[in-house]
Amino acid sequence: MSNSIINVKNVNKKYDDLVALHDVNLSIDRGQFIALVGMSGGGKSTLLRLIANLEQPTSGSVEINSSDSKSLTRFMFQEDRLLPWMSVLDNLSFSSKDKKTKKHAQELLDLVELGDYADHFSNQLSGGQKQRVALARALMTNPKILLLDEPLGALDALTRHKMQDLILDICKKQDLTTILVTHDVEEAARMADRIIVMKDSTNSYEEDCPKNRNAGQIGVVADRVLGEILDEKPVRKQLA
Amino acid sequence: MQKAVSLSERKKFSVPVNKILPFLIPIIVILAWQVSSSLGWLSSSILPSPLAVLQDGITLTASGELPKNLSVSLYRATVGLLIGGGIGFLLGFINGMSNTCRMLFDSSIQMFRNIPHLALIPLIILWLGINESAKISLVAIGTMFPVYINTFHGIRSVDPDLLEMGKSYELSKKQLFFKIIFPSALPQILVGIRYALGVMWTTLIVAETISANSGIGYMANNAEDFMDMETVILCIVVYAILGKISDLVAKSFESILLDWQKTGRSKA
Ligand SMILES: Nc1ncnc2c1ncn2[C@@H]1O[C@H](COP(=O)(O)OP(=O)(O)O)[C@@H](O)[C@H]1O
Ligand SMILES: [Mg+2]
Repeated sequence: MSNSIINVKNVNKKYDDLVALHDVNLSIDRGQFIALVGMSGGGKSTLLRLIANLEQPTSGSVEINSSDSKSLTRFMFQEDRLLPWMSVLDNLSFSSKDKKTKKHAQELLDLVELGDYADHFSNQLSGGQKQRVALARALMTNPKILLLDEPLGALDALTRHKMQDLILDICKKQDLTTILVTHDVEEAARMADRIIVMKDSTNSYEEDCPKNRNAGQIGVVADRVLGEILDEKPVRKQLA
Repeated sequence: MQKAVSLSERKKFSVPVNKILPFLIPIIVILAWQVSSSLGWLSSSILPSPLAVLQDGITLTASGELPKNLSVSLYRATVGLLIGGGIGFLLGFINGMSNTCRMLFDSSIQMFRNIPHLALIPLIILWLGINESAKISLVAIGTMFPVYINTFHGIRSVDPDLLEMGKSYELSKKQLFFKIIFPSALPQILVGIRYALGVMWTTLIVAETISANSGIGYMANNAEDFMDMETVILCIVVYAILGKISDLVAKSFESILLDWQKTGRSKA
């Protein structure tokens, strides 16, 4: 049938009287890189948590189409959420007793360029290094879907840029379906195949990004998306 | 350049000084005490000299009296702590993990906790006499509460974000406990155990002084009846040493079990 892997159908989510999501319909194709942008409080995290099965919708459904359902989606949180009492390596392999997992964990640490830090405790690492460990941990079970909730928000611009490239590289190589929540339209325009704007508790606007775009095209897309978020005519100004 | 050299030199000197410093005051006090006794400023019926106390210790060790009473006290302390700490940990564990248990037990436990456990001595003597179980029960009751409260709070204050992370990584209930809940509560649990060690000795001293026919507390009480000041002081010194040793043991447990806490880099 269709190539979609995530189907969100008529989803509503209420916290008591507060409507966090209203009538969200969304279909995401296998291997796509989605950026979910919007103002804070717009329901981005809520949508992501529903897709991750960390919470249930009040009504509607979230379907994941795949043959094996276990360990299919992995969630990377805004905070690193590493376990400080374990070594970096154990933070990757902690959910399994299998001997092979240690080897796999070491490979993933090498991938995020932290191979030499396997024996360290996480509080010996910098913020960017911790996020790379968290990324490696999310990749441990070979997920098909990677959900990233503003994982780079706390990082400085340079580290952030490097992390963006690393994430893009890994997602493309491993053919992951990725949803990245961000409040940074430039980041969205730079990384995503498709940008979805969350506004007033629903997905109000979306746009496909051109392939192999240059800096100029990224700026244009970012402006247009920002305009949609803020209900303003796109002007290339210091709006961000 | 000059400055850097002198700084590093100062560092070299400060290492042994730091090691000696904590012992300085005890050494001065003991020396002053010995000198005052030797010069006759202190009557031996009020305060015998350190050397006399040491002499007494050697005699009582040779006669086997001190080792026998010491091992009896150690036995009561250890067994009482194991029982009390064990019950405290179990109660803290079930109340920390289950809301139903917490609502069922916690307020009753809090009520019981507000009774000073030493006030139970007459009751316990009436129930259990002056045999071993009386002393052990008292130590157990005294040490139970600090371990309970700290285990309970340790488990309750586990970061919910980490729990959510564990669940999203499909950890089993058992894994959640051993990988996340227990290690995160451990620093607090160890605080409870360290506190319990203090309670353990105080309780035992009082219990042995009031009703016992063996143990260090009994030795002190017995010596008092015979106006044997050397032995009275000796027993106090023995208690001080036992307290210090248990504190050191607790500290070394902490530094082994919580090695990850020492590695943090400065948050500057
Ligand atoms: N667990 C919760 N309980 C109550 N309200 C919540 C909860 N989670 C989110 N909300 C509310 O839902 C709305 C959407 O939040 P969120 O999805 O976190 O927005 P975003 O991630 O876009 O900033 C907000 O108004 C927020 O206060
Ligand atoms: Mg959010």
